[in-house]
Amino acid sequence: MIEKTYAGTAVACTDEGYLQELAQWNKSIGTEIAKEESIDMTPKHWEVISYLQDQNKKGTALTIRSIGKSGVVSIKEFYELFPEGPLKKASRIAGIPKPVSCI
Amino acid sequence: MKNMLILGAGTSGTMMANHLNNRLSHDEWNITLVDKEETHYYQPGFLFIPFDIYKPKQVKKSIDKFIPNNVSLIREKINKIDKDQNKVFLQNGLELNYDVLIIATGTDIAPDEIEGMLGDKWQKDIFDFYTYEGAKNLRNKLANWKGGKLVVHICEMPIKCPVAPLEFAFLADSFFINKKMRDQVEITFVTPMDGAFTKPKASKELGYLLEDKNIKLVPNFNIERVDTENKTIIDYGGQEVEYDLLVTVPTNKGDEMVARSGFGDDLNFVPTNKGTLQTTVKDNIFAIGDATNIPASKAGSVAHFEAEILTENIMRYIKGETLNETFDGHANCFIETGHGKALLIDFNYTQEPVTGVFPLPNVGPLSLLKESHMNHMGKLAFKWIYWNMLIKGRHIPFVSSHMSKSGKDIEVKNEPELIK
Ligand SMILES: Cc1cc2nc3c(=O)[nH]c(=O)nc-3n(C[C@H](O)[C@H](O)[C@H](O)COP(=O)(O)OP(=O)(O)OC[C@H]3O[C@@H](n4cnc5c(N)ncnc54)[C@H](O)[C@@H]3O)c2cc1C
Repeated sequence: MIEKTYAGTAVACTDEGYLQELAQWNKSIGTEIAKEESIDMTPKHWEVISYLQDQNKKGTALTIRSIGKSGVVSIKEFYELFPEGPLKKASRIAGIPKPVSCI
Repeated sequence: MKNMLILGAGTSGTMMANHLNNRLSHDEWNITLVDKEETHYYQPGFLFIPFDIYKPKQVKKSIDKFIPNNVSLIREKINKIDKDQNKVFLQNGLELNYDVLIIATGTDIAPDEIEGMLGDKWQKDIFDFYTYEGAKNLRNKLANWKGGKLVVHICEMPIKCPVAPLEFAFLADSFFINKKMRDQVEITFVTPMDGAFTKPKASKELGYLLEDKNIKLVPNFNIERVDTENKTIIDYGGQEVEYDLLVTVPTNKGDEMVARSGFGDDLNFVPTNKGTLQTTVKDNIFAIGDATNIPASKAGSVAHFEAEILTENIMRYIKGETLNETFDGHANCFIETGHGKALLIDFNYTQEPVTGVFPLPNVGPLSLLKESHMNHMGKLAFKWIYWNMLIKGRHIPFVSSHMSKSGKDIEVKNEPELIK
């Protein structure tokens, strides 16, 4: 675990830079993490972020497929908004854990 | 008489029939299994068929061979479950009433999920090895293949036996070296995950393997479609990878029966409590193995651990007692690395793969997270264990359904609660 400062707030992060607690998150923190990922946030980006946070609060595991079916964005748009690893990048910006994979 | 109905007579269903046959009173309970197949396949063996290490006949046996005499087996396709009436409808029109239902219908590949995959090149340039037919066809293809670009590919997670594609790539390297044609084959491993191994500990210990074997890695690749004309796979981000021979693991989905019954997630996996294995569909419906949506690996070894816990919980349910939330996601699998060696990994929901020895603390003989010949022998012995012990529901000596910590190098700082 490491501590990082975003937008003047100290937050606990995993070694890979994911927030430990969604409760510590706010929009300014999200914006600064997005900058580290070279992403300029737009209203559409935020719409995706709040969808991810809602799903996380419900305890639903997120996959690229489920996001494509969410009605919020298509998979193609998701890639355009968060290029390369969209789910990983978007989860980091949203302050939710890194999506689970295997070993 | 009451009815215990088990859907699916694969690894999990067969194990549950054996466990419950030993535990339930025969005066009170009928146990019935339903499966559409006549054959029980040893799926871990599918990995070895393309390389002619196992012959097809070594991985199949008659499905009824492992089912106790007191248990009735119905060979028919399941149409759907009516959870409100506690009934299951079969395709031939038969209706089965149950008091307790266990869903063990596993997962199967769905190549039609990816645009262009299931066209006229399927089983010609594009193969799977997750089915008996696929593994056999691929063996025939590899026997005469002249070389070129071999792409080993995972479509999307979750898949059963998540390490099998990597093992395939390692075995392919050995296979072509033995055929003295490795220099004519370019092997690329394409995965939607961010590496071949994604947990920090495993990637630290095992990262060298791909490099040593000269296997190219393309991570973060989420396939959108296959262009069979240009022999290219294309991902949503626009990345392209060319192939001459594509060995893919298509999307894995639960059976359509789950969708027809009105539950299941978007991949037809059954919503299940990850500690108790009771479904969230209804109290008298339980699920086990690959069919569930729990965040454990979909593997036979995991199903084996689940079966011990599910048996206890079903006995408790019948007696009206509260269920134990004790399944910790324990997984334990061998990874073939080629050239007669293998790795063994041991992990659970919260504990990353560890180094150390297994199953006896400080003795082994199997080493965790390290390549060895002994581990390879362990992997081959797994077939014997599978046919003779595992699916008959016999306890495997020294191997507990909970992950044990002794003899393993466990970092104490992020000690998870679930490990006892
Ligand atoms: C290539 C490969 C390698 C593997 N390697 C390993 C390994 O090394 N170690 C390991 O532990 N695991 C391994 N596995 C995984 C292991 O085989 C599975 O996790 C295990 O078989 C799951 O058991 P199950 O009972 O849940 O599903 P299955 O064994 O798949 O059984 C499901 C059963 O349900 C039946 N069924 C489904 N739908 C219906 C229906 N509508 N009507 C009637 N019947 C139906 C099917 O016919 C089938 O018999 C591997 C798998 C593959 C494909």
